[in-house]
Amino acid sequence: MEKIGILEGREKQVYEKKGDSAAIDIKCETTSLSGSVSQRACVFCGSRVVLYPVADALHVVHGPIGCAAYTWDIRGAVSSGPELHRLSFSTDLKEMDVIYGGEKKLHQSLTELIAQYQPKAAFIYSTCIIGLIGDDIDAVCKKVSQETGIPVLPVHSEGFKGTKKDGYKAACDSLMKLVGTGSTEGIGKYSINILGEFNLAGEAWIIKKYYEEMGIEVVATMTGDGRVDDIRRSHGASLNIVQCSGSMVKLAKMMEEKYGIPYLRVSYFGIEDMSMALYDVAKHFSDNPAILDAAKKLVNREVSELYPRLQHFRQALEGKKAAIYVGGAFKAFSLIKALNSVGMSVVLAGSQTGNKDDYEGLKEMCEEGTVIVDDSNPVELSKFVLEKEADLLIGGVKERPIAYKLGIGFCDHNHERKIPLAGFVGMYNFILEVYNSVMSPVWQFAPRKGGLS
Amino acid sequence: MKTAKTATQNACKLCNPLGACLAFRGIEKCVPFLHGSQGCATYIRRYLISHFKEPIDIASSNFNEDTAVFGGSHNLKLGLKNVTQQYRPEVIGLATTCLSETIGDDVDMILKEYVNLFENGEPLPNGEPLPVMIHASTPSYQGSHIDGFHAAMKATVAKLAEEGPKKNLLNIFPNMVSPADLRHMKEILKDFNIPFVLLPDYSETLDGGPWAEYHRIPKGGTPVSTIKETGMASGSIEFSSVLNTEKSPAGYLEKTFAVPRYQMPMPIGIKQSDAFFGLLEKLSEKPLPEKYEDERRRLVDAYADGHKYIFEKKAIVYGEEDLVVAMAAFLREIGIVPVLCASGGKSGLLKKRLQELIPDLDEAGIKVRDGVDFVDIEDEAKVLKPDLLIGNSKGYTMSRKHNIPFIRIGFPIHDRFGGQRQLHLGYRGTQELFDRIVNTVIAEKQSSSPIGYTYM
Ligand code: SF4
Ligand code: SF4
Repeated sequence: MEKIGILEGREKQVYEKKGDSAAIDIKCETTSLSGSVSQRACVFCGSRVVLYPVADALHVVHGPIGCAAYTWDIRGAVSSGPELHRLSFSTDLKEMDVIYGGEKKLHQSLTELIAQYQPKAAFIYSTCIIGLIGDDIDAVCKKVSQETGIPVLPVHSEGFKGTKKDGYKAACDSLMKLVGTGSTEGIGKYSINILGEFNLAGEAWIIKKYYEEMGIEVVATMTGDGRVDDIRRSHGASLNIVQCSGSMVKLAKMMEEKYGIPYLRVSYFGIEDMSMALYDVAKHFSDNPAILDAAKKLVNREVSELYPRLQHFRQALEGKKAAIYVGGAFKAFSLIKALNSVGMSVVLAGSQTGNKDDYEGLKEMCEEGTVIVDDSNPVELSKFVLEKEADLLIGGVKERPIAYKLGIGFCDHNHERKIPLAGFVGMYNFILEVYNSVMSPVWQFAPRKGGLS
Repeated sequence: MKTAKTATQNACKLCNPLGACLAFRGIEKCVPFLHGSQGCATYIRRYLISHFKEPIDIASSNFNEDTAVFGGSHNLKLGLKNVTQQYRPEVIGLATTCLSETIGDDVDMILKEYVNLFENGEPLPNGEPLPVMIHASTPSYQGSHIDGFHAAMKATVAKLAEEGPKKNLLNIFPNMVSPADLRHMKEILKDFNIPFVLLPDYSETLDGGPWAEYHRIPKGGTPVSTIKETGMASGSIEFSSVLNTEKSPAGYLEKTFAVPRYQMPMPIGIKQSDAFFGLLEKLSEKPLPEKYEDERRRLVDAYADGHKYIFEKKAIVYGEEDLVVAMAAFLREIGIVPVLCASGGKSGLLKKRLQELIPDLDEAGIKVRDGVDFVDIEDEAKVLKPDLLIGNSKGYTMSRKHNIPFIRIGFPIHDRFGGQRQLHLGYRGTQELFDRIVNTVIAEKQSSSPIGYTYM
């Protein structure tokens, strides 16, 4: 096999754990190298992902058509009511708009769309080209807001102004403008907001039910199955629970600063982390021991039901190797634990947007020989997957064909998944997915198993 | 309620560089490269992957704020070098995004400067000759994905086609069809024994076999050496109704090298397939191979067997203009009324071309609308109450909401399996479409019947 090298300028973004070799010093949080086929998206993508599930808001992408067209209903975020988020609105700029500015068109579009759809609020995403031509979208939003009486929120998500993470921040800035604008009447002491949970395939409902069973009131799930009015009153909650990727840590911090609401970071993937996510909240409300009791009962019930069901899979999967390449590094931690719990090891752990701490943590967790990588590309991913003889790749839609081409199982663990993977039931679904893919007899025909290429 | 019309709602089109990247995938050893921000390349990859289910590597010059302010020259050169090093391409298909177009990067000049670097002694990125660089200008605010597709192929022949003594060689510009369609075209031309250049040809690069190792550039595609010969061909067949000379690769070859251009609608349906095979007979001076006569016979037979199920059913057909023109003509020939022919494209020629192929267009009450989005189409559907919806996967929500039986054709098909293996062209493609249409109507009848019949 031809030896594949790492691109010059990327060597420092790849690390292999060997002995107790030098401290990990991964170069991360930089823009992608020009000419590489990065798996990353853009600032706009980050904002769109976070705000997408706010279902009773109008989401208007200000720019040429592509940015909106490619994000039309591609996420698995479901709503229990309105579904405005599943439509795709764009100002679809034309040449003349680019030359003379798109403010007028934006104003007109917003006025008409708001009249037609009567949303509770509107998010206006500015894309690359807006950053260039310099439309004052803040002014337009303000004007439309005054005219229509609903919040019209600019999202400064020009694609080239950073990475997806900057998009998360822009989204948090917009959400923060909603927070604090509603009445907090009737919100009790044992109340939380769930942040960074996007209700992919109904995951927010699973999580919310757990907390409610513990006697905790969930004021807002931001943004899964999101409602503008819930977000407006979310500052009435006592605690913010921030899930996983950290996309909403910034909002939690802002709310802490402004409203004194503390926050906890949790993950809902895998038995260990899911249980911890419940216990941590219970401990926070330690003045009410009933909450902890309820949490224990819940975990006990769920785990004793789940555990035997996993044994069948464990027998099959023991000793299999997985490669993980996900958006946020935080999720990788949970995935490693979850895979370990059925006897699988992890040979590659990478993320699009991890930071130094994340990678340090990954190094601690991983076994000898594991490769840790930041902002990878298909060439590298396939190289490691083959070299390390992985049986499974976990990633997003862009990674899927890489795995399948090479005859390797795949599990989708990003924003487009259509099955809930969070919570105890999610753990079952996840392992079932892994099992279904890794154990399929179709791989016997793969060239790497001696089949025809 | 008043409907908003300034904004585009649920676009019935994609953006310009997507088409260019797809077309570039049909050149051998070519890497598509987008000059602009990272997001565009990633979204486009993601989108193409969902249809083709193949890895699709598109490099990007990854603009950042400085690039946007000071221009993309440095990034582009670095990007070209990196992609050359990592992918070892023979061709780089460079398409611009809205962003690089708007800041006014002079890409041709940057490319020249880049090449100069190596002529002035800088070591080549991988010790091999520099790849051929083809540049297509594809700002999305000037058209949609189909324009990018043609722009890329026009840029390709403009860059590569060479003058020379005329050869017995036919150029085929098949338009944005499926890999299965491309394979079918090649089979037909081989059966006619005509030497040909099919451009683009992503039949293998986007629908290939399994790999033992990662193929940075999947095998397949039209080789550069044969693209060079397009200038010496004896003719070009171009499947397009609305593509004007100025934007057309075949038009370019005709103007520059006097290669006759035969422009015709996509061969869908018997009449259009007859026209296509007839032209091949004429150009090759060979009769229609028996095999296709048989296919045609079976198709005529099937038309008879199936006609009653579909006669005067109403269909809405949408998609790229060329596909809509060909599909509508086919539907008309089997007795279906394409009550609405709609496209997000806007060549200005849609109605005219439809009128040419469907003489009773107005009498039959067929509406034609270009530049529409799916909210427009849905509004029409509420009034027209069609029996069938025919177009890409994007119509699914509408079909579900209004209970309209749905037939997926064209691109993208990303809520079903095997879009890349779907045939649309020739007698065989028509046969597949016809069977699906009839079966869709039958299935609908079955499921809405109180008993559900089992025997016909
Ligand atoms: S429309 Fe323009 S800016 Fe948007 S994705 Fe397409 S090329 Fe990029
Ligand atoms: S134009 Fe900018 S915002 Fe839109 S997809 Fe491309 S990088 Fe992202």
